[in-house]
Amino acid sequence: MLSIKHLSASVDGKAILKGVDLEVRAGEVHAVMGPNGSGKSTLAHILAGRDGYTVTDGEVHYMGRDLLEMEIEERARQGLFLAMQYPMELPGVNNMIFMREAMNTRRKSQGKEAMDAVSFMKLVREKAKLVKLDERLLKRSVNAGFSGGEKKRNEILQMALLEPLLAILDETDSGLDIDALRSVADGVNRLRSPQRAMIVVTHYQRLLDYLEPDHVHVLAEGRIVRSGGMELARELEAKGYGWLLDEVAA
Amino acid sequence: MGSSNTEVEALMGGEYAQGFVTQIESDTLPPGLDEAVIRTISSRKGEPAWMLEKRLTAYRYWLTMREPEWAAVRHPPIDFQAISYFSSPKKKPQLASLDEVDPELLATYEKLGIPIEEQKTLAGVAVDAVFDSVSVATTFRETLAEAGVIFCAMSEAVREYPDLVRQYMGSVVPHKDNFFAALNSAVFSDGTFVYIPKGVSCPMELSTYFRINEAKTGQFERTLIVAEAGSRVSYLEGCTAPMRDENQLHAAVVELVAMEDARIKYSTVQNWYPGDDQGRGGIYNFVTKRGECHGDRSHISWTQVETGSAVTWKYPSCILRGKDTVGEFYSVAVTKGHQQADTGTKMIHLGENSRSTIVSKGISAMHGSNAYRGLVRVAAKAENARNHSQCDSLLIGDRCAAHTFPYIEVKNPTAKVEHEATTSKVSEEQLFYCRQRGLSQEDAVSMIINGFCKQVFNELPMEFAVEAQKLLAVSLEGAVG
Repeated sequence: MLSIKHLSASVDGKAILKGVDLEVRAGEVHAVMGPNGSGKSTLAHILAGRDGYTVTDGEVHYMGRDLLEMEIEERARQGLFLAMQYPMELPGVNNMIFMREAMNTRRKSQGKEAMDAVSFMKLVREKAKLVKLDERLLKRSVNAGFSGGEKKRNEILQMALLEPLLAILDETDSGLDIDALRSVADGVNRLRSPQRAMIVVTHYQRLLDYLEPDHVHVLAEGRIVRSGGMELARELEAKGYGWLLDEVAA
Repeated sequence: MGSSNTEVEALMGGEYAQGFVTQIESDTLPPGLDEAVIRTISSRKGEPAWMLEKRLTAYRYWLTMREPEWAAVRHPPIDFQAISYFSSPKKKPQLASLDEVDPELLATYEKLGIPIEEQKTLAGVAVDAVFDSVSVATTFRETLAEAGVIFCAMSEAVREYPDLVRQYMGSVVPHKDNFFAALNSAVFSDGTFVYIPKGVSCPMELSTYFRINEAKTGQFERTLIVAEAGSRVSYLEGCTAPMRDENQLHAAVVELVAMEDARIKYSTVQNWYPGDDQGRGGIYNFVTKRGECHGDRSHISWTQVETGSAVTWKYPSCILRGKDTVGEFYSVAVTKGHQQADTGTKMIHLGENSRSTIVSKGISAMHGSNAYRGLVRVAAKAENARNHSQCDSLLIGDRCAAHTFPYIEVKNPTAKVEHEATTSKVSEEQLFYCRQRGLSQEDAVSMIINGFCKQVFNELPMEFAVEAQKLLAVSLEGAVG
């Protein structure tokens, strides 16, 4: 589904990614861990197409297409979803209408009919329950005045509605208390399916305890320095990143 | 942000869709202003002597005045002797039906999207079209006449309904009010007169499209709406002008009078030519609009969507004279390119329990400068007056400006006056967020902007709300890189 080959990228002339390789197949959940400043968020942003990064080397293929050639919205319409670390507030834009627009744009690109307001409302209420998002937030402006936890739940709700093929979760666990973390993780787990792949970018192990990814990768200094299973995540939680970085340096 | 600005400018270079010039022979006075010019205007219009006297009084007073400089706008000095004060399409004195209207004129209207032919059959909208200085076609006169509503060109009203015009013209905006009102009172060319008799709800939306066509002419229309006790009327004006290199002056005066329990709703969609991307040309829109809630429980509501003009200077206001009167002002003002707007309102509370609401939404993009200037005055006798003001500014890009100048004068301790103001920015992050959900850049911008303006659009009559949304989308197309 996603194939990243030797991806290198810089921001303002400073090299951040220095040859990342990653293969993601349908049904798999990959965790990308790493210390602060290792390039985890940069990788997530480049996959979503955000401006401000210069790809200096390598290639990325998604569903057989050159991902880096696709516009941001085209990637989204083809099923790539990024749950953001800092979801933006859109004052005056009704949350429900925003989601319906997004959903109908996605349906259109799948050759499906637009969903009418009534069926959509029913669906969104049902999905909101799953992520434990207060229904009143659906009537408010997108993320405006939401708490950190509410914003993250709202992201997972959108993900549930859009049913992406590839979901990238960028530090979705940051700033969440344990209850919020659990309901976000529940929401994500429900979306696991043989057709869907996920990349979970995180600094800590705690979200991974709930998600149990198939693969764990450590990104450090712009490279994936080690890959393994959950045991790698546990080792990192116990020992920190220092030993691994020392090993890599040696 | 650097690269996004260049992109903004590339995309903002959209052409002004109404910038065509109609080739039509017209009868235009040479530039210049003196008493002889005023006498000529008056005699061309076949005006009675009292009207000429009113004009001359205003002119003589104007000569003693100085152009105001307090507005937060900058423009080169206006040479009032370089403007022609009267222009009318030549082949036309009196037209009985649309068939007699110059076909090229009608084609012009069609380009503007107001096919009068269609308007006739389109239920609910009557159009009094003002082309340069002379009103050329009036529709739905008969239907309105049955209800006793008078809806006609001002020059016609001066001749046909002299008592009404004499009684009310200048009663809300006297010629001494300000520099441009004095000028308008002296040279006004045409405009619209509306009279709604006692107890009558006007059976349709009334609408006037103004258009400046002749080069180097100023347009000085004069609108007067009188709503007798218990009557209701909703009026919409829409404005466009062709593209010209030089600046043109538009100094209109609008007066509204609402008697007991009467209700006037006045909506404006203004899209005059804003000038080119270098800031050359464009309309100077210096307008005085004021309504008087004369009778108890009367209600005046102003709604404006201002996307055009190089310089706008405009404060639709309400004098809340009666008890329990209501004044409202809802405004969206967009400035992009080198446009400047200094706009807002005045709510003058004189009557007990008078209430007013102000909702102002300013949008600035590129080098646009947008100022809200609003006065809320509560007089000593106005017991329990209430005002709520909300002024929000939205910035697009990092070279535009927004200013808010609220003036509050309260002389009665029972008054309750509230003022809220916010400033926000359409950010690259917001657009990325929307696009990541699959929305196109255009849809994202339009969604954010419409969200910002929703409160004001809700006040517009339905079909015009749709038009205003489209206008906004077009005018801000690609405003964010």
